[in-house]
Amino acid sequence: MSWGFAIWAATLAFAAAVMAVTRASAVHALLLLLASLLALGVAFFAMAANFAGVIQLLIYAGAVVAVFVFVVMTVDAGEAAMAREREMLRSAWRWPALFVGLSVIPILFGIGGGPMGEGAPAGADTRELGLLLFGDWGVATELVALMLIAGMIGVRHLGRNLGPRLRERGRE
Amino acid sequence: MSIAVAIILSVILIMALLVAAGVFTWVERRGLGFLQERLGPNRVGPFGFLQWVADTVKLLTKEDEVPPGGDAITFRLAPALAAIPVLAGFGVVAFGPGLSLAALDMGVIFILAMLALTVYAMVLGAWASHNRYALLGGLRAAAQMLSYEAFFGLSLMGVVMLAGSLSLGQIVEAQSGVWFFILQPVGCALFLLAGIAAAHRLPFDLQESEQDLVAGFMTEYSGMSFALFFLGEYLAVILVSALAVTLFFGGWLGPILPGPIWFGLKVGALALAFIWIRAILPRPRYDQLVGFAWKWGLPLALINLLLTGALVVLIGGRPG
Repeated sequence: MSWGFAIWAATLAFAAAVMAVTRASAVHALLLLLASLLALGVAFFAMAANFAGVIQLLIYAGAVVAVFVFVVMTVDAGEAAMAREREMLRSAWRWPALFVGLSVIPILFGIGGGPMGEGAPAGADTRELGLLLFGDWGVATELVALMLIAGMIGVRHLGRNLGPRLRERGRE
Repeated sequence: MSIAVAIILSVILIMALLVAAGVFTWVERRGLGFLQERLGPNRVGPFGFLQWVADTVKLLTKEDEVPPGGDAITFRLAPALAAIPVLAGFGVVAFGPGLSLAALDMGVIFILAMLALTVYAMVLGAWASHNRYALLGGLRAAAQMLSYEAFFGLSLMGVVMLAGSLSLGQIVEAQSGVWFFILQPVGCALFLLAGIAAAHRLPFDLQESEQDLVAGFMTEYSGMSFALFFLGEYLAVILVSALAVTLFFGGWLGPILPGPIWFGLKVGALALAFIWIRAILPRPRYDQLVGFAWKWGLPLALINLLLTGALVVLIGGRPG
Protein backbone atom coordinates (compact mmCIF):
# COMPACT_ATOMS: atom_id res chain seq x y z
CA MET A 1 0.00 0.00 0.00
CA SER A 2 1.06 3.61 -0.07
CA TRP A 3 0.76 6.97 1.58
CA GLY A 4 -1.76 7.98 -1.09
CA PHE A 5 -4.21 5.30 0.10
CA ALA A 6 -3.54 6.24 3.72
CA ILE A 7 -4.28 9.94 3.15
CA TRP A 8 -7.41 9.10 1.14
CA ALA A 9 -8.72 6.77 3.89
CA ALA A 10 -7.83 9.26 6.63
CA THR A 11 -9.70 12.02 4.77
CA LEU A 12 -12.76 9.77 4.55
CA ALA A 13 -12.44 8.96 8.24
CA PHE A 14 -12.27 12.65 9.10
CA ALA A 15 -15.26 13.56 6.90
CA ALA A 16 -17.34 10.73 8.39
CA ALA A 17 -16.37 11.83 11.91
CA VAL A 18 -17.45 15.41 11.18
CA MET A 19 -20.77 14.15 9.82
CA ALA A 20 -21.18 11.86 12.84
CA VAL A 21 -21.22 14.79 15.26
CA THR A 22 -23.52 16.92 13.12
CA ARG A 23 -26.37 14.39 12.55
CA ALA A 24 -29.65 14.78 14.38
CA SER A 25 -30.44 11.05 14.26
CA ALA A 26 -28.41 9.11 16.83
CA VAL A 27 -28.39 5.89 14.78
CA HIS A 28 -27.24 7.70 11.63
CA ALA A 29 -24.50 9.34 13.69
CA LEU A 30 -23.41 5.92 14.93
CA LEU A 31 -23.37 4.56 11.39
CA LEU A 32 -21.09 7.42 10.38
CA LEU A 33 -18.91 6.79 13.43
CA LEU A 34 -18.65 3.17 12.29
CA ALA A 35 -17.72 4.33 8.79
CA SER A 36 -15.08 6.63 10.27
CA LEU A 37 -13.55 3.81 12.35
CA LEU A 38 -13.53 1.46 9.35
CA ALA A 39 -11.82 4.09 7.21
CA LEU A 40 -9.28 4.60 9.98
CA GLY A 41 -8.63 0.84 9.94
CA VAL A 42 -8.01 1.03 6.19
CA ALA A 43 -5.63 3.95 6.77
CA PHE A 44 -3.64 1.81 9.23
CA PHE A 45 -3.45 -1.02 6.67
CA ALA A 46 -2.29 1.45 4.05
CA MET A 47 0.51 2.55 6.38
CA ALA A 48 1.51 -1.13 6.80
CA ALA A 49 0.41 -1.00 10.45
CA ASN A 50 -1.53 -4.24 9.97
CA PHE A 51 -1.83 -5.06 13.66
CA ALA A 52 -3.29 -1.63 14.49
CA GLY A 53 -5.60 -2.04 11.48
CA VAL A 54 -7.11 -5.38 12.51
CA ILE A 55 -7.40 -4.30 16.15
CA GLN A 56 -9.15 -1.14 14.98
CA LEU A 57 -11.63 -3.27 13.01
CA LEU A 58 -12.11 -5.94 15.67
CA ILE A 59 -12.29 -3.88 18.87
CA TYR A 60 -13.53 -0.44 17.88
CA ALA A 61 -15.58 -1.05 14.75
CA GLY A 62 -16.59 -4.61 15.69
CA ALA A 63 -17.35 -4.37 19.40
CA VAL A 64 -17.37 -0.86 20.89
CA VAL A 65 -19.76 0.72 18.38
CA ALA A 66 -21.96 -2.40 18.62
CA VAL A 67 -22.46 -1.61 22.31
CA PHE A 68 -23.39 1.99 21.45
CA VAL A 69 -25.88 0.79 18.84
CA PHE A 70 -27.26 -1.73 21.34
CA VAL A 71 -28.05 1.12 23.76
CA VAL A 72 -29.29 3.67 21.23
CA MET A 73 -31.70 1.31 19.48
CA THR A 74 -33.52 0.67 22.75
CA VAL A 75 -34.23 4.40 23.13
CA ASP A 76 -37.07 5.70 21.02
CA ALA A 77 -35.53 8.87 19.56
CA GLY A 78 -38.61 9.96 17.61
CA GLU A 79 -39.21 13.22 15.79
CA ALA A 80 -39.35 15.32 18.99
CA ALA A 81 -35.87 14.22 20.08
CA MET A 82 -34.50 14.88 16.61
CA ALA A 83 -36.00 18.39 16.60
CA ARG A 84 -34.37 19.05 19.98
CA GLU A 85 -31.07 17.78 18.61
CA ARG A 86 -31.34 20.05 15.57
CA GLU A 87 -32.01 23.02 17.83
CA MET A 88 -28.90 22.25 19.90
CA LEU A 89 -26.75 21.67 16.83
CA ARG A 90 -27.52 25.14 15.58
CA SER A 91 -25.09 26.70 18.05
CA ALA A 92 -23.51 24.02 20.23
CA TRP A 93 -21.03 22.70 17.68
CA ARG A 94 -19.29 26.01 16.90
CA TRP A 95 -16.65 26.08 19.67
CA PRO A 96 -15.81 22.35 19.52
CA ALA A 97 -15.54 22.67 15.73
CA LEU A 98 -13.14 25.63 16.09
CA PHE A 99 -10.87 23.72 18.50
CA VAL A 100 -10.90 20.58 16.35
CA GLY A 101 -10.16 22.71 13.28
CA LEU A 102 -7.21 24.39 15.01
CA SER A 103 -5.82 21.05 16.15
CA VAL A 104 -6.08 19.59 12.65
CA ILE A 105 -3.98 22.36 11.04
CA PRO A 106 -0.58 21.05 12.28
CA ILE A 107 -1.49 17.56 11.03
CA LEU A 108 -2.34 18.94 7.61
CA PHE A 109 0.96 20.82 7.53
CA GLY A 110 2.73 17.63 8.61
CA ILE A 111 1.18 15.74 5.72
CA GLY A 112 2.11 18.52 3.31
CA GLY A 113 5.73 19.01 4.18
CA GLY A 114 6.75 16.48 6.86
CA PRO A 115 9.15 13.58 6.38
CA MET A 116 6.89 10.91 4.83
CA GLY A 117 9.53 8.64 3.37
CA GLU A 118 9.67 7.26 -0.13
CA GLY A 119 7.36 4.56 -1.54
CA ALA A 120 5.37 2.24 0.69
CA PRO A 121 5.67 2.51 4.48
CA ALA A 122 7.69 -0.22 6.17
CA GLY A 123 5.71 -2.93 7.95
CA ALA A 124 6.26 -4.17 11.49
CA ASP A 125 6.34 -7.82 12.57
CA THR A 126 3.61 -8.84 15.06
CA ARG A 127 6.13 -10.80 17.11
CA GLU A 128 8.38 -7.74 17.45
CA LEU A 129 5.39 -5.65 18.47
CA GLY A 130 4.35 -8.21 21.09
CA LEU A 131 7.86 -8.44 22.52
CA LEU A 132 8.04 -4.64 22.64
CA LEU A 133 4.66 -4.33 24.39
CA PHE A 134 5.46 -6.95 27.02
CA GLY A 135 9.20 -6.16 27.18
CA ASP A 136 10.33 -2.54 27.06
CA TRP A 137 6.83 -1.14 27.55
CA GLY A 138 5.67 -3.87 29.94
CA VAL A 139 4.81 -1.56 32.83
CA ALA A 140 2.82 0.84 30.64
CA THR A 141 0.95 -2.09 29.04
CA GLU A 142 0.08 -3.53 32.46
CA LEU A 143 -1.11 -0.10 33.67
CA VAL A 144 -3.41 0.23 30.67
CA ALA A 145 -4.64 -3.32 31.25
CA LEU A 146 -5.53 -2.36 34.83
CA MET A 147 -8.16 -0.02 33.41
CA LEU A 148 -10.14 -3.10 32.47
CA ILE A 149 -10.55 -3.83 36.18
CA ALA A 150 -12.69 -0.69 36.43
CA GLY A 151 -14.95 -2.22 33.80
CA MET A 152 -15.05 -5.50 35.71
CA ILE A 153 -16.06 -3.74 38.93
CA GLY A 154 -18.72 -1.84 36.98
CA VAL A 155 -20.14 -5.07 35.55
CA ARG A 156 -20.17 -6.68 39.00
CA HIS A 157 -21.97 -3.62 40.39
CA LEU A 158 -24.56 -3.44 37.61
CA GLY A 159 -25.10 -7.19 37.59
CA ARG A 160 -25.71 -7.50 41.35
CA ASN A 161 -28.92 -9.11 42.48
CA LEU A 162 -31.47 -6.34 42.92
CA GLY A 163 -34.36 -8.74 43.51
CA PRO A 164 -34.97 -8.15 47.27
CA ARG A 165 -34.46 -4.38 46.99
CA LEU A 166 -36.85 -4.08 44.06
CA ARG A 167 -39.49 -6.05 45.95
CA GLU A 168 -39.04 -3.69 48.91
CA ARG A 169 -39.49 -0.68 46.67
CA GLY A 170 -42.62 -2.26 45.26
CA ARG A 171 -44.11 -2.54 48.77
CA GLU A 172 -43.44 1.16 49.43
CA MET B 1 0.44 -8.93 -7.34
CA SER B 2 -0.71 -5.89 -9.30
CA ILE B 3 -3.99 -4.15 -8.46
CA ALA B 4 -5.61 -5.30 -11.74
CA VAL B 5 -4.74 -8.98 -11.09
CA ALA B 6 -5.95 -8.65 -7.49
CA ILE B 7 -9.30 -7.25 -8.67
CA ILE B 8 -9.76 -10.01 -11.28
CA LEU B 9 -8.90 -12.74 -8.75
CA SER B 10 -11.24 -11.14 -6.18
CA VAL B 11 -14.13 -11.17 -8.69
CA ILE B 12 -13.45 -14.84 -9.54
CA LEU B 13 -13.33 -15.74 -5.83
CA ILE B 14 -16.56 -13.84 -5.10
CA MET B 15 -18.36 -15.56 -8.00
CA ALA B 16 -17.13 -18.98 -6.83
CA LEU B 17 -18.28 -18.23 -3.28
CA LEU B 18 -21.73 -17.07 -4.43
CA VAL B 19 -22.18 -20.33 -6.33
CA ALA B 20 -20.84 -22.32 -3.36
CA ALA B 21 -23.36 -20.60 -1.04
CA GLY B 22 -26.18 -21.39 -3.50
CA VAL B 23 -25.15 -25.05 -3.75
CA PHE B 24 -24.86 -25.18 0.05
CA THR B 25 -28.52 -24.19 0.41
CA TRP B 26 -29.42 -27.20 -1.79
CA VAL B 27 -27.12 -29.51 0.21
CA GLU B 28 -28.67 -28.27 3.45
CA ARG B 29 -32.25 -28.76 2.31
CA ARG B 30 -31.53 -32.23 0.91
CA GLY B 31 -29.49 -33.10 4.02
CA LEU B 32 -32.23 -31.93 6.38
CA GLY B 33 -34.74 -33.87 4.27
CA PHE B 34 -32.63 -37.02 4.64
CA LEU B 35 -32.23 -36.55 8.41
CA GLN B 36 -35.96 -35.85 8.85
CA GLU B 37 -37.02 -38.75 6.62
CA ARG B 38 -38.54 -36.68 3.83
CA LEU B 39 -37.45 -35.85 0.28
CA GLY B 40 -36.44 -32.20 0.34
CA PRO B 41 -36.31 -30.25 -2.96
CA ASN B 42 -36.69 -32.73 -5.85
CA ARG B 43 -38.49 -31.01 -8.72
CA VAL B 44 -36.04 -28.60 -10.40
CA GLY B 45 -33.18 -30.45 -12.13
CA PRO B 46 -31.71 -33.83 -11.14
CA PHE B 47 -32.30 -34.45 -7.40
CA GLY B 48 -33.66 -30.89 -7.22
CA PHE B 49 -30.10 -29.58 -7.72
CA LEU B 50 -31.21 -26.48 -9.63
CA GLN B 51 -33.62 -25.45 -6.86
CA TRP B 52 -31.15 -22.81 -5.66
CA VAL B 53 -31.08 -21.23 -9.15
CA ALA B 54 -34.90 -21.11 -9.19
CA ASP B 55 -34.91 -19.61 -5.69
CA THR B 56 -32.39 -16.95 -6.71
CA VAL B 57 -34.51 -15.93 -9.71
CA LYS B 58 -37.60 -15.84 -7.50
CA LEU B 59 -35.91 -13.66 -4.87
CA LEU B 60 -34.46 -11.30 -7.49
CA THR B 61 -37.89 -10.66 -8.98
CA LYS B 62 -39.82 -10.38 -5.71
CA GLU B 63 -41.08 -7.03 -4.44
CA ASP B 64 -38.73 -5.52 -1.88
CA GLU B 65 -40.17 -2.61 0.08
CA VAL B 66 -39.37 -0.57 3.18
CA PRO B 67 -41.99 -1.02 5.92
CA PRO B 68 -44.02 2.05 6.96
CA GLY B 69 -42.19 4.02 9.65
CA GLY B 70 -38.92 2.28 8.83
CA ASP B 71 -35.63 4.05 8.15
CA ALA B 72 -35.09 3.57 4.40
CA ILE B 73 -31.31 4.15 4.20
CA THR B 74 -30.44 1.91 7.12
CA PHE B 75 -32.99 -0.71 6.02
CA ARG B 76 -31.32 -0.98 2.60
CA LEU B 77 -27.76 -0.84 3.96
CA ALA B 78 -28.15 -3.59 6.60
CA PRO B 79 -28.39 -6.65 4.26
CA ALA B 80 -25.23 -5.55 2.44
CA LEU B 81 -23.43 -5.50 5.79
CA ALA B 82 -24.39 -9.14 6.27
CA ALA B 83 -22.59 -10.35 3.15
CA ILE B 84 -19.74 -7.92 2.36
CA PRO B 85 -17.59 -8.37 5.51
CA VAL B 86 -17.79 -12.16 5.20
CA LEU B 87 -16.71 -11.97 1.55
CA ALA B 88 -13.82 -9.72 2.62
CA GLY B 89 -12.84 -12.34 5.22
CA PHE B 90 -12.22 -14.89 2.45
CA GLY B 91 -9.49 -12.60 1.11
CA VAL B 92 -6.98 -13.91 3.65
CA VAL B 93 -7.99 -17.60 3.66
CA ALA B 94 -5.12 -19.88 2.59
CA PHE B 95 -6.68 -22.37 0.12
CA GLY B 96 -3.34 -24.05 -0.52
CA PRO B 97 0.40 -23.42 -0.10
CA GLY B 98 0.83 -19.75 -1.10
CA LEU B 99 -2.72 -19.72 -2.46
CA SER B 100 -4.49 -16.74 -0.88
CA LEU B 101 -5.51 -13.33 -2.18
CA ALA B 102 -3.74 -11.48 0.62
CA ALA B 103 -1.19 -13.30 2.76
CA LEU B 104 -1.82 -11.05 5.74
CA ASP B 105 0.53 -11.84 8.63
CA MET B 106 -2.42 -11.68 11.05
CA GLY B 107 -5.11 -13.30 8.94
CA VAL B 108 -6.70 -14.97 11.98
CA ILE B 109 -7.62 -11.67 13.64
CA PHE B 110 -8.70 -10.15 10.33
CA ILE B 111 -11.30 -12.93 9.84
CA LEU B 112 -12.51 -12.49 13.43
CA ALA B 113 -12.90 -8.76 12.80
CA MET B 114 -14.87 -9.35 9.61
CA LEU B 115 -17.19 -11.83 11.35
CA ALA B 116 -17.71 -9.34 14.19
CA LEU B 117 -18.88 -6.67 11.73
CA THR B 118 -21.80 -8.82 10.57
CA VAL B 119 -23.67 -8.05 13.78
CA TYR B 120 -24.43 -4.57 12.42
CA ALA B 121 -26.50 -6.15 9.67
CA MET B 122 -28.84 -7.70 12.21
CA VAL B 123 -28.90 -4.84 14.68
CA LEU B 124 -29.39 -2.07 12.13
CA GLY B 125 -31.81 -4.11 10.03
CA ALA B 126 -33.83 -4.74 13.17
CA TRP B 127 -33.87 -1.10 14.21
CA ALA B 128 -34.71 0.17 10.72
CA SER B 129 -37.63 -2.27 10.37
CA HIS B 130 -39.78 -0.40 12.91
CA ASN B 131 -41.11 -3.69 14.22
CA ARG B 132 -41.10 -5.08 17.77
CA TYR B 133 -40.20 -8.65 16.82
CA ALA B 134 -37.35 -7.37 14.69
CA LEU B 135 -36.08 -5.12 17.49
CA LEU B 136 -36.10 -8.00 19.99
CA GLY B 137 -34.17 -10.08 17.45
CA GLY B 138 -31.64 -7.27 17.01
CA LEU B 139 -31.12 -6.94 20.75
CA ARG B 140 -30.57 -10.67 21.03
CA ALA B 141 -28.08 -10.53 18.15
CA ALA B 142 -26.03 -7.79 19.82
CA ALA B 143 -26.00 -9.53 23.21
CA GLN B 144 -25.08 -12.88 21.64
CA MET B 145 -22.29 -11.36 19.59
CA LEU B 146 -20.77 -9.60 22.63
CA SER B 147 -21.00 -12.79 24.71
CA TYR B 148 -19.49 -15.18 22.17
CA GLU B 149 -16.97 -12.80 20.58
CA ALA B 150 -15.08 -12.71 23.88
CA PHE B 151 -14.11 -16.38 23.88
CA PHE B 152 -14.22 -16.91 20.10
CA GLY B 153 -10.88 -15.15 19.80
CA LEU B 154 -9.42 -16.56 23.03
CA SER B 155 -10.28 -20.15 22.07
CA LEU B 156 -7.91 -20.09 19.11
CA MET B 157 -5.03 -18.29 20.82
CA GLY B 158 -3.68 -21.66 22.02
CA VAL B 159 -3.16 -22.58 18.36
CA VAL B 160 -1.47 -19.25 17.73
CA MET B 161 0.90 -19.94 20.64
CA LEU B 162 1.74 -23.42 19.35
CA ALA B 163 2.31 -22.17 15.79
CA GLY B 164 4.06 -18.99 16.91
CA SER B 165 2.26 -17.02 14.22
CA LEU B 166 -1.03 -15.31 13.37
CA SER B 167 -0.59 -16.07 9.67
CA LEU B 168 -2.99 -18.74 8.39
CA GLY B 169 -0.37 -20.20 6.04
CA GLN B 170 2.22 -20.58 8.80
CA ILE B 171 -0.36 -22.11 11.15
CA VAL B 172 -1.10 -24.82 8.55
CA GLU B 173 2.60 -25.48 8.00
CA ALA B 174 3.07 -25.85 11.78
CA GLN B 175 0.60 -28.79 11.66
CA SER B 176 2.74 -30.92 9.32
CA GLY B 177 3.51 -33.24 12.28
CA VAL B 178 0.26 -33.33 14.23
CA TRP B 179 -3.01 -31.49 13.71
CA PHE B 180 -3.84 -28.95 16.38
CA PHE B 181 -7.23 -30.42 17.27
CA ILE B 182 -5.29 -33.23 19.00
CA LEU B 183 -3.15 -30.76 20.96
CA GLN B 184 -5.99 -28.28 21.57
CA PRO B 185 -9.20 -30.31 22.05
CA VAL B 186 -10.77 -27.77 24.43
CA GLY B 187 -9.82 -24.85 22.21
CA CYS B 188 -11.23 -26.68 19.17
CA ALA B 189 -14.55 -27.48 20.90
CA LEU B 190 -14.93 -23.89 22.17
CA PHE B 191 -14.02 -22.49 18.76
CA LEU B 192 -16.63 -24.60 16.99
CA LEU B 193 -19.29 -23.64 19.55
CA ALA B 194 -18.52 -19.95 19.22
CA GLY B 195 -18.28 -20.42 15.44
CA ILE B 196 -21.87 -21.64 15.31
CA ALA B 197 -22.89 -18.56 17.31
CA ALA B 198 -20.83 -16.27 15.06
CA ALA B 199 -22.52 -17.73 11.97
CA HIS B 200 -25.93 -17.39 13.72
CA ARG B 201 -26.85 -20.99 13.01
CA LEU B 202 -29.20 -23.30 14.83
CA PRO B 203 -29.16 -24.01 17.74
CA PHE B 204 -27.68 -20.51 18.33
CA ASP B 205 -30.05 -18.54 16.09
CA LEU B 206 -32.20 -16.96 18.78
CA GLN B 207 -32.15 -13.61 16.99
CA GLU B 208 -34.38 -15.07 14.27
CA SER B 209 -36.09 -17.93 16.07
CA GLU B 210 -39.40 -18.31 14.27
CA GLN B 211 -41.23 -19.92 17.19
CA ASP B 212 -41.09 -16.84 19.41
CA LEU B 213 -39.99 -13.92 17.18
CA VAL B 214 -41.67 -14.64 13.80
CA ALA B 215 -38.35 -14.23 11.95
CA GLY B 216 -36.59 -11.85 14.36
CA PHE B 217 -34.54 -9.15 12.66
CA MET B 218 -35.59 -10.47 9.21
CA THR B 219 -39.33 -10.18 9.83
CA GLU B 220 -39.82 -7.20 7.49
CA TYR B 221 -37.35 -8.25 4.81
CA SER B 222 -38.27 -9.77 1.47
CA GLY B 223 -36.81 -10.28 -1.99
CA MET B 224 -33.11 -9.70 -2.56
CA SER B 225 -32.58 -8.01 0.82
CA PHE B 226 -33.81 -11.18 2.51
CA ALA B 227 -31.58 -13.24 0.22
CA LEU B 228 -28.53 -11.16 1.17
CA PHE B 229 -29.04 -12.00 4.85
CA PHE B 230 -29.15 -15.69 3.96
CA LEU B 231 -26.17 -15.33 1.69
CA GLY B 232 -24.23 -13.78 4.59
CA GLU B 233 -25.24 -16.65 6.87
CA TYR B 234 -24.20 -19.41 4.45
CA LEU B 235 -20.96 -17.66 3.59
CA ALA B 236 -20.27 -17.30 7.31
CA VAL B 237 -20.71 -21.07 7.74
CA ILE B 238 -18.19 -21.68 4.95
CA LEU B 239 -15.79 -19.07 6.38
CA VAL B 240 -15.97 -20.47 9.93
CA SER B 241 -15.46 -23.99 8.51
CA ALA B 242 -12.46 -22.78 6.49
CA LEU B 243 -10.99 -21.11 9.58
CA ALA B 244 -11.57 -24.22 11.72
CA VAL B 245 -9.95 -26.45 9.07
CA THR B 246 -6.97 -24.09 8.86
CA LEU B 247 -6.50 -23.81 12.62
CA PHE B 248 -7.30 -27.30 13.86
CA PHE B 249 -7.54 -29.81 10.99
CA GLY B 250 -4.34 -29.30 9.04
CA GLY B 251 -5.64 -26.90 6.36
CA TRP B 252 -4.55 -28.11 2.93
CA LEU B 253 -2.31 -30.89 4.31
CA GLY B 254 -3.13 -34.45 3.26
CA PRO B 255 -1.73 -37.37 1.23
CA ILE B 256 -1.91 -37.94 -2.57
CA LEU B 257 -4.48 -35.28 -3.53
CA PRO B 258 -3.45 -31.66 -4.22
CA GLY B 259 -3.64 -29.24 -1.26
CA PRO B 260 -6.64 -27.15 -2.42
CA ILE B 261 -8.69 -30.35 -2.98
CA TRP B 262 -7.95 -31.49 0.57
CA PHE B 263 -8.86 -28.06 1.86
CA GLY B 264 -12.17 -28.10 -0.04
CA LEU B 265 -13.02 -31.62 1.16
CA LYS B 266 -12.35 -30.75 4.80
CA VAL B 267 -14.34 -27.51 4.61
CA GLY B 268 -17.21 -29.42 2.96
CA ALA B 269 -17.17 -32.07 5.70
CA LEU B 270 -17.27 -29.44 8.44
CA ALA B 271 -20.06 -27.52 6.70
CA LEU B 272 -22.03 -30.79 6.60
CA ALA B 273 -21.47 -31.09 10.34
CA PHE B 274 -23.12 -27.66 10.72
CA ILE B 275 -26.21 -29.05 8.94
CA TRP B 276 -26.14 -32.19 11.06
CA ILE B 277 -25.98 -30.14 14.28
CA ARG B 278 -28.88 -28.01 13.06
CA ALA B 279 -30.98 -31.13 12.52
CA ILE B 280 -30.34 -32.85 15.83
CA LEU B 281 -30.06 -30.14 18.51
CA PRO B 282 -32.88 -28.03 19.97
CA ARG B 283 -32.50 -24.31 20.64
CA PRO B 284 -31.45 -23.41 24.20
CA ARG B 285 -33.26 -20.67 26.10
CA TYR B 286 -31.84 -17.20 25.53
CA ASP B 287 -30.51 -16.73 29.09
CA GLN B 288 -28.93 -20.21 28.94
CA LEU B 289 -27.15 -19.23 25.73
CA VAL B 290 -25.66 -16.02 27.12
CA GLY B 291 -25.03 -17.59 30.54
CA PHE B 292 -23.00 -20.42 28.96
CA ALA B 293 -20.78 -17.94 27.15
CA TRP B 294 -19.82 -15.97 30.26
CA LYS B 295 -19.90 -18.71 32.90
CA TRP B 296 -18.29 -21.57 30.94
CA GLY B 297 -16.98 -20.49 27.56
CA LEU B 298 -14.85 -17.55 28.67
CA PRO B 299 -13.33 -19.16 31.83
CA LEU B 300 -12.55 -22.39 29.96
CA ALA B 301 -10.91 -20.45 27.12
CA LEU B 302 -8.79 -18.49 29.62
CA ILE B 303 -7.73 -21.66 31.50
CA ASN B 304 -6.88 -23.34 28.18
CA LEU B 305 -4.81 -20.31 27.20
CA LEU B 306 -2.97 -20.27 30.51
CA LEU B 307 -2.16 -23.98 30.42
CA THR B 308 -1.07 -23.84 26.77
CA GLY B 309 1.18 -20.86 27.50
CA ALA B 310 2.75 -22.63 30.48
CA LEU B 311 3.33 -25.83 28.48
CA VAL B 312 4.78 -23.97 25.51
CA VAL B 313 7.27 -22.16 27.77
CA LEU B 314 8.13 -25.32 29.77
CA ILE B 315 8.59 -27.62 26.79
CA GLY B 316 9.64 -25.37 23.96
CA GLY B 317 11.29 -22.53 25.82
CA ARG B 318 9.44 -19.96 23.72
CA PRO B 319 9.14 -17.04 23.10
CA GLY B 320 12.14 -15.57 21.37
